[in-house]
Amino acid sequence: MSEAVQEPLSLEDLVTVLRESAGEDEEVDLSGDIADVPFSDLGYDSLALLETAGRVQRQYGIVLDDEAMAAAETPRLFLTAVNEVLCGAASNAG
Amino acid sequence: MTGKAVVTGLGVIAPNGVGTKEYWTALLRGHSGIRPIERFDPSGYPTRLAGEVPEDAFSAADHVPRRLLPQTDRVTRMALAATDWAFADAAVDPADLPDFEMGVATANSAGGYEFGQRELQNLWGSGPEYVSAYQSFAWFYAVNTGQISIRNGLRGPSAALVTEQAGGLDALGHSRRSIRKGTALMVSGAMDSSLCPWGWIAHQSTGLLSTRPDPEQAYLPFSELACGHLPGEGGAILVLEEAGRVRDRIARGATTQVYGEIAGYAATFDPPPDSDRPDTLRRAAELALADAGAEPGEVDVVFADAAGNPAADEAEARALRELFGERGVPVAAPKALTGRLGSGGAALDVATALLSLRDQVIPPAGPVTAAADRHGIDLVVGAPRSARLRTALVLARGHGGFNSALVLRTPA
Repeated sequence: MSEAVQEPLSLEDLVTVLRESAGEDEEVDLSGDIADVPFSDLGYDSLALLETAGRVQRQYGIVLDDEAMAAAETPRLFLTAVNEVLCGAASNAG
Repeated sequence: MTGKAVVTGLGVIAPNGVGTKEYWTALLRGHSGIRPIERFDPSGYPTRLAGEVPEDAFSAADHVPRRLLPQTDRVTRMALAATDWAFADAAVDPADLPDFEMGVATANSAGGYEFGQRELQNLWGSGPEYVSAYQSFAWFYAVNTGQISIRNGLRGPSAALVTEQAGGLDALGHSRRSIRKGTALMVSGAMDSSLCPWGWIAHQSTGLLSTRPDPEQAYLPFSELACGHLPGEGGAILVLEEAGRVRDRIARGATTQVYGEIAGYAATFDPPPDSDRPDTLRRAAELALADAGAEPGEVDVVFADAAGNPAADEAEARALRELFGERGVPVAAPKALTGRLGSGGAALDVATALLSLRDQVIPPAGPVTAAADRHGIDLVVGAPRSARLRTALVLARGHGGFNSALVLRTPA
């Protein structure tokens, strides 16, 4: 279990979870450099991000702060918020 | 501004045909959509047949944007696709109209049942953190109205009506009122789908389902062999517009059609089952005819509720005899080829009635062959019947005492 949580979430991982949990806008290319593109421009609303955060929590066995996640307006900010928690979980486990 | 509401676009999803043309062709040929359930294993249930839309006839991924798939039940995917088809049929691009001049009022009787079942299984099988955030709305009766509104930018007066089968007419009656009050365009009608184990149990609980195993014999409204009904999935979405607006549009070169006017509408509610007072289906029909300024003698065809239970069939036949006289008007029951689609069924009947008005032909009641003589009604059976059709009356009864009636007229 602790092995799994030590891998940080990558942009690629996030795109996979986004596609699974919230689908994909036909007019947006998620394979490009989207780290700093606001989620709203990528076609994801707050509910889509709630669903995405829920999946990340289940897959990684962590608890994310709702307010911190709501403030993450881009994939980069989302990843930073998740990976801070992941690091904390890893060091706690260690 | 005439304030008249006319139908200019149809989007149909039925067990025996996906798409208006496919459905209408199937009806006139008597092709049935009643079949053994494939969506789940029905072997443990007393009723194993339904009007199921085959997966290969409606594959949601072909019709609904990928982004909407994770947040929609099958019923909403059907509603979104049928809305697209209805707009295309009406030659209307909603992007060309001001948001607040277009509304949407649909009926629904079960919500997103399959979605709801899956999330309840997640809740009780895995835990609350496994429940989709989209469950917050995806199961809900208003979800079709909401998703149609968001996807097409329809921000005018909107509503969701829940009166079981009668809802398909109630939504259209409501939309007609919105157009009278000045809304230019309404998306209306109904879609229902609850063919999952949880939905199936709910249907069984009514005690009204047929348990006969032969698809040709299971749902025979008005027949001497009637023994209950079969549920199905699907319905129709219609584009309603203010008649003057359509005239202007056509004058400017739009290639649309006017299927007909929603000329009258009324709804009634039955007294409790133990009451001495009579049911109120006839009253609904009378009020709708009065609303249309029409005499019973002007009605050229009635699309019946067609419950498929002997007592309910007789109650409807009695209302028809009292209104029109013994065998006084042709009666259509195309539901025999689709099953009862909840609120979608009445909306589909309206679409069917409009196609009948267009083509001057009444579709047959599918497998019903035993004459409805004992009911004293002129049920159209066997083959399509050509007739001069200007005015149609559509009846619907919703489980729990709802009655609605809608009068359609050919365009002037």
